[in-house]
Amino acid sequence: MAVPKRKMSRSNTHSRRAQWKASAPAYSTCKRCRSVKLPHVACPTCGTYNDRVVIPV
Amino acid sequence: MPTPTKGPRLGGGPAHERLMLANLATALFEHGRITTTTAKAKRLRPLAERLVTFAKRGDLHARRQVLTVVRDKGVVHTLFAEIGPQFAQRPGGYTRITKIGPRKGDNAPMAVIELVEGRTIAQQAVGEAERARGTRFRRGRGATPAGQVAAEEAAGESAEEAAGESAEEAAGAVPLEAEASVAAGVGSVPTQGDDDGEAAEGSRQIAVPTEGGDTDVVTESPGSAEGPETTSTSAGPGEGDSGAGNQAKAASEAASETSPAEGDRDRGWD
Repeated sequence: MAVPKRKMSRSNTHSRRAQWKASAPAYSTCKRCRSVKLPHVACPTCGTYNDRVVIPV
Repeated sequence: MPTPTKGPRLGGGPAHERLMLANLATALFEHGRITTTTAKAKRLRPLAERLVTFAKRGDLHARRQVLTVVRDKGVVHTLFAEIGPQFAQRPGGYTRITKIGPRKGDNAPMAVIELVEGRTIAQQAVGEAERARGTRFRRGRGATPAGQVAAEEAAGESAEEAAGESAEEAAGAVPLEAEASVAAGVGSVPTQGDDDGEAAEGSRQIAVPTEGGDTDVVTESPGSAEGPETTSTSAGPGEGDSGAGNQAKAASEAASETSPAEGDRDRGWD
């Protein structure tokens, strides 16, 4: 079985992990209540999607 | 080689997956609408629609084929007696999946899958109420009170505006009711399912331009009472409130921006 020959340095570990970046989620505006919501998802504030009540608030 | 199933695999094995999908289908036909994860809803949709097609055919062979999936005879009876005839005119597309965002706990994306023809009384009542009310809505519940409080703190002028707008609200109540009655007249035509959404969309397109115009007014004249007066001819009372909320937000943001900057400067001198 192949095993690492040398210990990986902190520098290399940190360099690899420096590429792990979080991206901001895309947001859209609810057509009815004008609050911020995720796109293609029912509005958590007014509970509607496409003028149809999905979540009873 | 058989075509692989579309979508993610569920459960620990084929039997587990079959059981989960059968249970989901049973729950869907029993309750008319269920909340589950998006992955499960997407896997459930083709199975449930195939079962509804069997229910539309309605003979004994179809019933026995459905009984191999849905083991509950009561649910199969409602499927064949009520759900199948409801969809007699609809060529497929019997279910609707609406995403409702991630779940607390494991952040799993959740969705609501429901039969398109509203089965429960609550669903139908909500649809009728929406149609009767029209599409005029105030700004979000959380935003308006906070905005008013901030307006009172920020400047006296904006508080006076809010008072003037409340008076306009009382004046504008009558035309709003008239509009609601018109919307009810439009909505009283017996439409079902997706047709409701189209009717609501038609009336919503009327409402959107007035709100856009209102935001323009807010940006042009900050701190003056002319904005609400100009909009009072066409726009409803709720939109004036949103204007005040916007101003207040801008003021509060400006205040919050200045304070951290000062803090940074102090730290630099130390």
